[in-house]
Amino acid sequence: MFCGLASIFFVVLIFLFLLKEGLAVFKTVTPPQFLFGKSWYPISEPPHLGILPLILGSLMVTLGAALISIPIGVACAVYIAEVAPLKIKEILKSGIELLAAIPSVVLGFIGMVTLVPWIKSIFHLPTGLTALSGAVMLAFMAMPTIVSIAEDALYSVPKTYKEGALALGATHWQAIHRVILPAASSGIMAAVMLGIGRVIGETMAVMMITGNAAVIPHSILQPVRTLTATIAAEMGEAVVGSEHYFALFAVGIVLFVISFIVNVGADLFLHKKEQ
Amino acid sequence: MNDSTVVDSPASPALKLKKRSRDPVLTQRLAFAFLFISTLLIIVPVGLIIVIIVQKGLPGITWQFLTDIPRQGMRSGGIFPAILGTIYLVSGAIVFALPIGLLSAVYLSEYARGNFLTRLIKLAIVNLAGVPSVVYGLFGLALFVTFFKLGASILSGALTLGIMILPIIITASLEALESVPQSFREASRSLGASRWQTIRYVVLPNAISGIITGTILGLGRAAGETAPILFTVAAFYLPQLPGSVFDQVMALPYHLYVISTQVPNVDEKIRYGTALVLLAMVLFMNLAAVVIRCRFRKKKKW
Amino acid sequence: MVEFLIKDLNIWFGQIHAMKNVNMEIGSKQILSVIGPANSGKTTFLRMLNRLNELNDNFRMTGEVLFGGRDIVEMDPETVRKKIGMVFALPLPLPMSIFDNVAYGVKVSGVRNRKLQAAAVEKALKQAYLWDEVKDRLNTSAFKLSGGQQQRLCIARTLAVEPRVILFDEPCSGLDPISTAKVEEAMLVLKKDYTIILVTNNVKQAARVGDRTAFFLSSELVEMDGTDKIFTAPRDKRTDGYIRGKFG
Repeated sequence: MFCGLASIFFVVLIFLFLLKEGLAVFKTVTPPQFLFGKSWYPISEPPHLGILPLILGSLMVTLGAALISIPIGVACAVYIAEVAPLKIKEILKSGIELLAAIPSVVLGFIGMVTLVPWIKSIFHLPTGLTALSGAVMLAFMAMPTIVSIAEDALYSVPKTYKEGALALGATHWQAIHRVILPAASSGIMAAVMLGIGRVIGETMAVMMITGNAAVIPHSILQPVRTLTATIAAEMGEAVVGSEHYFALFAVGIVLFVISFIVNVGADLFLHKKEQ
Repeated sequence: MNDSTVVDSPASPALKLKKRSRDPVLTQRLAFAFLFISTLLIIVPVGLIIVIIVQKGLPGITWQFLTDIPRQGMRSGGIFPAILGTIYLVSGAIVFALPIGLLSAVYLSEYARGNFLTRLIKLAIVNLAGVPSVVYGLFGLALFVTFFKLGASILSGALTLGIMILPIIITASLEALESVPQSFREASRSLGASRWQTIRYVVLPNAISGIITGTILGLGRAAGETAPILFTVAAFYLPQLPGSVFDQVMALPYHLYVISTQVPNVDEKIRYGTALVLLAMVLFMNLAAVVIRCRFRKKKKW
Repeated sequence: MVEFLIKDLNIWFGQIHAMKNVNMEIGSKQILSVIGPANSGKTTFLRMLNRLNELNDNFRMTGEVLFGGRDIVEMDPETVRKKIGMVFALPLPLPMSIFDNVAYGVKVSGVRNRKLQAAAVEKALKQAYLWDEVKDRLNTSAFKLSGGQQQRLCIARTLAVEPRVILFDEPCSGLDPISTAKVEEAMLVLKKDYTIILVTNNVKQAARVGDRTAFFLSSELVEMDGTDKIFTAPRDKRTDGYIRGKFG
């Protein structure tokens, strides 16, 4: 049955096509120039094709999202798995699934009309389209992933661990943070990695609320541009076959490699746990 | 019940106070409060988001809005072509992804041995699931639009979306197939049924609910995605309906994106209305999947 | 008449040598009881006869198993299993109605005609002493039957395919004494038309029912003879020990 091989086929195909178009950019710039170049002006003559501002933009937004979503997400998972009363548990889990189902463009839209003006006024900025806004919104998108996988990990810790701890006189909280959390740690790591993976790959919400300024950011309250948004925003204008076109594919390669590493890593953590 | 008494030494109260700098019960209360607040921080905004969209979008939902074509550069009129476009794209994606995905899952569950190739396939599935949606768009552009010369069309868009939801279908179907107890397969084989007959008469019928659930979730995901269709099919202002699969088409997610960011002075009702229609479509599909899952779980005969 | 001729049979699952150099002859239209402690290889032996061991990826064998003169490994596995049916230890109805359960084997053999199926179902259920209890509710789920009824359903299901041999793998281990008696009664009637091989942990059952008895220990066939002889004057000390309950 070669349908089974279909998945491998497509992954390889995607990689190949990205390479095909993307490697062409290295006729114009060298890899170090590409990856570390500080200016991204693809339509100037000659084009500047350094993606460092974009990498930093993605990095800043991702880190910000991680800082927000990891503690809150894991805390929420612990709450649902250990503390919440049974009746509420189902409601909470449905709520999380609901959040996960909302399309990113809808979240971007909401972010634009609520979060962005809010941040603008709180921080007295010329515009609310900032990395911070992006980070907050993306945190929301990562949290359902983190919560549900972490909750699964916590749930699968054998009940005997907890019972043993309680029998020795520990409080519920002590049992949680000394016994259950460490036991579930690799599953939680996997959850975090997958959540971050989702953030790195997010396009639409980011495009709508981070301002799309492809310059190296100096603070989190500035507009930035991520790798993903760059492709989405500029591909429409790029002439097929131009250096700009190839450059965007090269950005795609970078994204593909990053997501590959993150996903394989997360999968390893998940399987380590199963042993 | 005060748990701390169990851990305390049987000394005098004064000594107790000196020894314990932190009351475990108090710590627990603080910790649980933190956990609870974290949960609220996630759940409350979800509710708010839905409330906002419904509140501001509902006024815009008129019969005309849903069935009319857009006019005046989208400043008035309806979003029917976008709705239809989304339906076409999603249907096309499923027509492609369901057979391939289901057969892959059947292969993995019923025929594959636990060897290196199988692990590689599963790794590939995990990867496909994690690829950023915009990279799918690039791939669709390079493969379908350019290489196969299909141009920006429903076909390109549907195929791209199909590859994107393939891992969802495979994973859900695989889980459903693996949940059918092995003993049923043995009983069937011992009566002289072939492997394929066993799959057809015993395994598949009992896995159907999981497969349907996975399919609907895949549909929901395909309906809401923007980036894969940006370069492969989506048009913004197309006041006529598509004539064939080789035409471009409007789609709800892309439509929402453009009217929020690129067209000035669009009535707020139209923006929220579009968001509401898209959200309702996706949530409805997710709800349907959950309901089917629950109903079949109750009816489960073993 | 010889139904099975087994020569130098060896079976491995991966590195585990699960069956060591078994040689035996099984006569037709009689009951062979197979006894032995847990993990002695009795079930592996039984599942060799209908080639069910092959469902395991790690299975390997050497030697020959001749059925009616032909090597079963050279035959089509589906054909083998239709001629050699099996009843399992725990009742294993398929998730379908009673009718569909019994008709299943018939259906996968290619009989589509509903009337023909119905005739086969009725005949099989009568042979299994279940017809009267279920004839009015053939379309209800098989899971609604009691354990004993489910096991008789499984017997009916196997009979519907019209095999020559029926393998019973500890069929009464999950049943109460009354249901057990019914299954044993059915076996004694069935042996007139079928060759029956019964694997059982219950030594007394083996004595009650079997015409011949085989004793397995640690993946080897220790002794095989007429049931009377085995139980009164076994040749091997180990056989004697097991029968008296000294181990296993």
